Amino acid sequence: MKSFTYERATSAPDAASKAVSIPGAKFIAGGTNLLDLMKLEIEAPRHLIDVNGLGFDKIEDTADGGLRIGALVNNTALAADARVRRSYGVLSRALLAGASGQLRNKATTAGNLLQRTRCPYFYDTNQPCNKRQPGSGCAAIGGFSRQLAVIGSSEACIATHPSDMAVAMRVLDATVETVNAQGQARNIPIAEFHRLPEATPHIETTLAPGELITAVTLPAPAGGQHLYRKVRDRASYAFALISVAAVIQPDGTGRVAVGGVAHKPWRIDEADAQLPRGAKAVAERLFTGARPTPENGFKVPLAERALASVIHEARAS
Amino acid sequence: MKFDTPAGTNPIDQMKVVGKAHNRIDGALKTAGMAPYAYEHHDAVNNAAYGSIVGAGIAKGRIRAMDLSAARRAPGVVAIVTAENAGTLGKGMFNTVKLLGGPEVDHYHQAIALVVAETFEQARAAASLVKVDYAESEGRFDLKAEQSRAIVPENDGAGGRPDTDTGDFAAAFQASPVTLDATYTTPAQSHAAMEPHASMAAWQDGKLTVWTSNQMIDWTRTDLATTLGMQKEDIRLLSPFIGGGFGGKLFLRADAVLAALGAREARRPVKVAMPRPLVPNNTTHRPATIQRIRIGASRDGKITAFGHETLNGNQPGGSMEPAVVQSRFLYAGANRMTRNRLAVMDLPEGNAMRAPGEAPGLMALEVAMDEMAEKLGIDPVEFRILNDTQVDPEHPDRPFSLRQLARCLRDGAERFGWNRRNATPASVRDGRWLVGMGVAAAFRNNLNLPSGARVRLRGDGTLIVETDMTDIGTGSYTIIAQTAAEMLGLRLDQVTVRLGDSAYPVSAGSGGQFGANSATSGVYAACVKLREQVAQRLGFNASDTVFADGEVRAGNRVARLRDGAQEGEIVAEDRIEWGDLSRTYQQSTFGAHFVEVAVDSFTGETRVRRMLAVCAAGRILNPQTARSQVIGAMTMGVGGALMEELALDHRRGFFVNHDLAGYEVPVHADIPHQDVIFLDEADEKVSPMKAKGIGELGLCGVGAAVANAVYNATGVRIRDYPVTLDKYLDRLPAVS
Ligand SMILES: Cc1cc2nc3c(=O)[nH]c(=O)nc-3n(C[C@H](O)[C@H](O)[C@H](O)COP(=O)(O)OP(=O)(O)OC[C@H]3O[C@@H](n4cnc5c(N)ncnc54)[C@H](O)[C@@H]3O)c2cc1C
Ligand code: SF4
Repeated sequence: MKSFTYERATSAPDAASKAVSIPGAKFIAGGTNLLDLMKLEIEAPRHLIDVNGLGFDKIEDTADGGLRIGALVNNTALAADARVRRSYGVLSRALLAGASGQLRNKATTAGNLLQRTRCPYFYDTNQPCNKRQPGSGCAAIGGFSRQLAVIGSSEACIATHPSDMAVAMRVLDATVETVNAQGQARNIPIAEFHRLPEATPHIETTLAPGELITAVTLPAPAGGQHLYRKVRDRASYAFALISVAAVIQPDGTGRVAVGGVAHKPWRIDEADAQLPRGAKAVAERLFTGARPTPENGFKVPLAERALASVIHEARAS
Repeated sequence: MKFDTPAGTNPIDQMKVVGKAHNRIDGALKTAGMAPYAYEHHDAVNNAAYGSIVGAGIAKGRIRAMDLSAARRAPGVVAIVTAENAGTLGKGMFNTVKLLGGPEVDHYHQAIALVVAETFEQARAAASLVKVDYAESEGRFDLKAEQSRAIVPENDGAGGRPDTDTGDFAAAFQASPVTLDATYTTPAQSHAAMEPHASMAAWQDGKLTVWTSNQMIDWTRTDLATTLGMQKEDIRLLSPFIGGGFGGKLFLRADAVLAALGAREARRPVKVAMPRPLVPNNTTHRPATIQRIRIGASRDGKITAFGHETLNGNQPGGSMEPAVVQSRFLYAGANRMTRNRLAVMDLPEGNAMRAPGEAPGLMALEVAMDEMAEKLGIDPVEFRILNDTQVDPEHPDRPFSLRQLARCLRDGAERFGWNRRNATPASVRDGRWLVGMGVAAAFRNNLNLPSGARVRLRGDGTLIVETDMTDIGTGSYTIIAQTAAEMLGLRLDQVTVRLGDSAYPVSAGSGGQFGANSATSGVYAACVKLREQVAQRLGFNASDTVFADGEVRAGNRVARLRDGAQEGEIVAEDRIEWGDLSRTYQQSTFGAHFVEVAVDSFTGETRVRRMLAVCAAGRILNPQTARSQVIGAMTMGVGGALMEELALDHRRGFFVNHDLAGYEVPVHADIPHQDVIFLDEADEKVSPMKAKGIGELGLCGVGAAVANAVYNATGVRIRDYPVTLDKYLDRLPAVS
């Protein structure tokens, strides 16, 4: 770990402006991802701005019947919130399928969205990795790629976004609220928040430098059945091979997003439209253009089967 | 004491303390965080500095240049050790590859430097500033590709011949009406002990003290002396508590060598802990195997031909994974053969991991037995019993000391409800789950090693036991205390046990499931001597004295035990040695594993529902610690069956998933229900304790029982471990 300086932010605009003006500055929230990466020197911020004291730890009702989740609400509290459990069950389920109780107590809403990939080569500083060290190459292509992306990947990077929560946020059409160094707020639809790797896999979101997440808002409840299905080799405490978040209405329509397959939660509007016709039709549309590696080709049929499971469950109850 | 005739009746047979369930006597220390592990002997030295290991960034090649300037300038740096300034180093008996590499690099993450600094953080930060210029060369990383160049090793990895032939396998196989010829693979596995390898070293007046985490004090002390070119007597090794070993800490490894070199260079004590991401490639692992099994049988299910061939890779001079060992003993059959082949490769060093040989061997063999039973239309439990043997199949004049495999299978089948298994695969459903049951035999040879101990009877009637035996979380402290208490007629709380210090008599150490039986036998021997001395002091005739309830009795004379030590502590030391009984009798441990799994018909995820192990392993010294060993081993078996695999990058020659996020071992949610039964046994041909090993038996066969259950659930036979869903998803029932 490189040595660094540390301060507690006093206000959101102040934090955002310092993040721009102080070279090598970075926000820290729960620290469950950033600290691990700092120990391995995959991230080496020279200055940490602790945003925990900014009061973004509340979940509030919005005027249009939705919820505004403070950026620092931790994953345990969010999963346990009665409103979330009642009206956004997919989010609660996705959170509880992730990490462990201890980690969820520390992990924050914003931090979770911004957690970095679990590509094993990204973690090994001896290996070339365009995401860690732009331009160095990608060791995963042609290597051990069982967990990596099957769609939306590029010649530069085939990593996935590992979050469970983000997949649920995607299916719920969440909006990310931010404030920038100039103190201006903006709303970023979750669909536009995470980027595909293309030629610049080290740029993972559409956040501008220094832009601070203040909240994530959910629109009014969509009703329907809320399901989250995470598939993994061991029963708990493992990242998803693939996961499916779905909201399915009594008439069989609905929406679905898939995790563990791409550099972002994977959702295609036209695939949603296929839901009444079943998993196969949805999966065909979702995975048009998929380019799996020889080791992870199973993810495409697996996602279809998990979808089938979710649809089956929705119909059964 | 030499054990060369079967044990008659002896004081252990009273089983007042031995054989009873006792909490671990070190349990309170551990749960309170007061048991110091290697890195935690904070009070033992002043002013310790911290060493951070630099691992090689390539798998094979040479270091052209190493630029240490930035690291030297980094804050807090005290010293840097590399092959250039370490002086001439010897190589120990038990490590294949040099523990400090350079200029040649033999494998990925081989240690090539140690950076020592005032704090751990400074050392780690400075270590990352070491710049290495490598000349990379081609390496041999793919076992399949090396198969054709494999050599015949010196031995089978367990001291046996590499090739064995009995009768005429080829002809008998050809003539058999029912045959199986199948190839199985097992992946490389990592021990994944909770505590990584760690050591602290301090020099004083040319003598070295090393606090470490090690299973075998004397081996490691000897190898450290060889490596450093010292007299063994000038080294003291201490390893009182060990956070798991599983074979990964049997040997001297880089942490101890580098701590010693770092402390010499820095002129002060140095601590070194292996960072978790270095453990899988820097230390040893269980090598991957490719195994071919051929079985021929008559239509009524008698095995007539039995062949097992295995291949693994290792570093030049490395050893075999003895994966065919069990196949020489487990089932009858007049015509048999085994073959060991070793490919020379450039991957990290393969070596012992819990039940080396039998663990991967049975993963293959016991699936083959399941396949064969199905071909014959015989229940797999019955098929195994039908081919049971009471003699060594290669040497029919050599009986087993005690073999109750058939009873393990029968009792287990009854307890587990095996008769509810539907023999037709893929025929039991529970909602979305496909449900199946599997069975496998468990087998692991019993080994005994010489083992010494010293016992001290104090004036207050309490006893101290000293031996360099280790407790790797197994319960050695407790069973040794039980043994001594039984021998001297004391309560458990009157016995203090001191372990893991080279100042104490050399013991068997912990490994190969030889620890419990050998070390307690050594304590038994020392206690026999002590009893003689006490009897003599008290004027008793040693042969008919009884030690009970803190008293010594003979005829109608009674004395207090403590009176024996009235004039000062009585010290007795002895060592158990082993005669020919293991040659006359085949000494092995047996068991049966039963597993029920459910496979998600949609996603193919396999979840174990319940497990049962029935074990026949001689006298069980403490049913509680023994059960813990077995359920831990069963858990490890589930890991091996369903998830554990060091994923190899064939191009770059290293294990990619080198941390505990990538290398998955089971968590609680994977292990819902475990049941363990011990047959009531005492094997008097094995040791005065009449016990055998148990720590590895519990693992042997589990993987196959799981794989067989998956087959029974799905009808899909997977011969390549781990049995992960990607290997059978396309053969599950259609769902859309
Ligand atoms: C062992 C382990 C297992 C895990 N398993 C899972 C799993 O199964 N599923 C899953 O989804 N996740 C899993 N995680 C990841 C976990 O969810 C994340 O580590 C966590 O959500 C990150 O949140 P944090 O608050 O700790 O972020 P931090 O580590 O504090 O920060 C992460 C990143 O977000 C930035 N950041 C933080 N707050 C803000 C803000 N307000 N505005 C802008 N930038 C910000 C930081 O600068 C940093 O780059 C696991 C983690 C571990 C360590
Ligand atoms: S897939 Fe992406 S994260 Fe992984 S090694 Fe390649 S560039 Fe790095």
